[in-house]
Amino acid sequence: MIELKQIHKYYNPGTINEMCLFDNFDLTVRDGEFVSVVGSNGSGKTSLLNIICGSIRIERGQILMNGRDITREKEYKRMSHIGRVYQNPAMGTCPTMTILENMSLADNKGKLYLLGKGTDKKRKEYYRDQLSLLNLGLEDKLDVKVGSLSGGQRQAMALLMSTMTPIEFLILDEHTAALDPKTADTIMELTDKIVKEKNLTTIMVTHNLRFAVDYGNRLLMMHQGASVLDKSGSEKDRTQVDEILKLFNEISIECGN
Amino acid sequence: MGIILGVLEQGLIFGIMALGVYITYKILDFPDLTVDGSFPLGAAMSALLITHGVNPYLTLLISFAAGVLAGICTGLIHVKLKVRDLLSGIIMMTALYTINMVVAGKANVPLFSKETIFDNSFINNIFTGEMANFKTLIIVLILALACKFLLDAYLKTKSGFLLRAAGDNDVLVTSLAKDKGLVKIVGLAIANGLVALGGSVMAQQQRYFDISMGTGTIVIGLASVIIGISLLRGLTFLRSTTTVLIGSILYKACVAIALAKFPPTYMKLITAVLFLIILVISMQLKKKVKTND
Repeated sequence: MIELKQIHKYYNPGTINEMCLFDNFDLTVRDGEFVSVVGSNGSGKTSLLNIICGSIRIERGQILMNGRDITREKEYKRMSHIGRVYQNPAMGTCPTMTILENMSLADNKGKLYLLGKGTDKKRKEYYRDQLSLLNLGLEDKLDVKVGSLSGGQRQAMALLMSTMTPIEFLILDEHTAALDPKTADTIMELTDKIVKEKNLTTIMVTHNLRFAVDYGNRLLMMHQGASVLDKSGSEKDRTQVDEILKLFNEISIECGN
Repeated sequence: MGIILGVLEQGLIFGIMALGVYITYKILDFPDLTVDGSFPLGAAMSALLITHGVNPYLTLLISFAAGVLAGICTGLIHVKLKVRDLLSGIIMMTALYTINMVVAGKANVPLFSKETIFDNSFINNIFTGEMANFKTLIIVLILALACKFLLDAYLKTKSGFLLRAAGDNDVLVTSLAKDKGLVKIVGLAIANGLVALGGSVMAQQQRYFDISMGTGTIVIGLASVIIGISLLRGLTFLRSTTTVLIGSILYKACVAIALAKFPPTYMKLITAVLFLIILVISMQLKKKVKTND
């Protein structure tokens, strides 16, 4: 469970450009929830993820992970419980390293990185099996450098790598936004499968309203640092894209854009 | 013959240092100027220890350790005090000038008539007669290859993987729940260890320590790495560490050829101009590759 309590977040504090994003923002994500977060640009979606992961500091408030206060905990320490996939496919993999080396790196998360062999030959078959689930033919390219793969292939690998070791939370930051529609569909289906299989508590930020409606069991719409819509369970199942789009248009007009 | 031998010896000694620069510049993407101070640091340590009768081989290890410490300091300045990479190196480089002076005791320490890794009863018994001319080259070659193979092996360990990841995409290091700052410090430590080791071998080969011997080390290191990585890119069957060593020898050869036409006082100018030429050529090559795509 992740709880955000009375979060205050200002950008450029103390300058004339000071902007208050979150003012007393609360959010609780219960175990097993798959939350889709939608909202216009600047509504605080990505900041929300950054606050949970510890990539940005908050001015006031409390962040709890399974009841433990992690407000002051460093980003890299939090990541031992969290898997994160970024919008940019380049963020989740190492381009100059081969597929095998990337998989080995990810496979060792949670353990020490000392002078043991970087790749364990015994795990090769397992990596092949995992890669073959992607249906991209990557299982036959273990010695190819990841930098030469397409964005979609890299993103699929990033997703696989971030969920390879036992984690509790999955953070998806517009992870299909940079992909073509077909690849985006593939990645989204794969995401859903992994989330269900591993029973991950997931927060997915997306601009794709159809994904937000079709996937997950809770839907959140953000606007100017607050949630303007929060539906879960059967209520969410009944929600249609049109309905979301209508609300989306309303808040956008309000904003004057 | 003497010139070729000299080029090979010098090239391989600076090659050890260039392996360190390869770690920071190529793997970590960290332009580390500490090397201008850590190279003579290795030499100063050796001068101190050898004049006190310490085993010259042990001296190599201690010099390496001294370089590791210098690298850790640069890393701490950069990671903990959040000083920019270039400035962290400049600060350490400047500080090390005094440290080197203190360690060596004075600006110039001759090591003639002292036992070195090249000149001791054990070595002199192995290399007799004609072979004696090649003993320096053979020892330097063994040392350089040992460093190369150890570095190759390290880069294939889990820790080595993480180091490569830190230079490639440090976001991934954080995602793997590892402190990217710590990984950088480890990389700088190993790199400067190698640089200081190169300095130690250099001092023992030329048989003196000089406070100004570090000036321009970074230029030689970068030139070697760039020749090795960019100009010798076609030699795909060779590892980057090997091409860096070859790059170092080629660079020394270019300097030697240039020095044949100019007086020795032009040394640093030639070093710099040659580096510039290599840099421009490598950039042209990169452009060509891009337009071919």
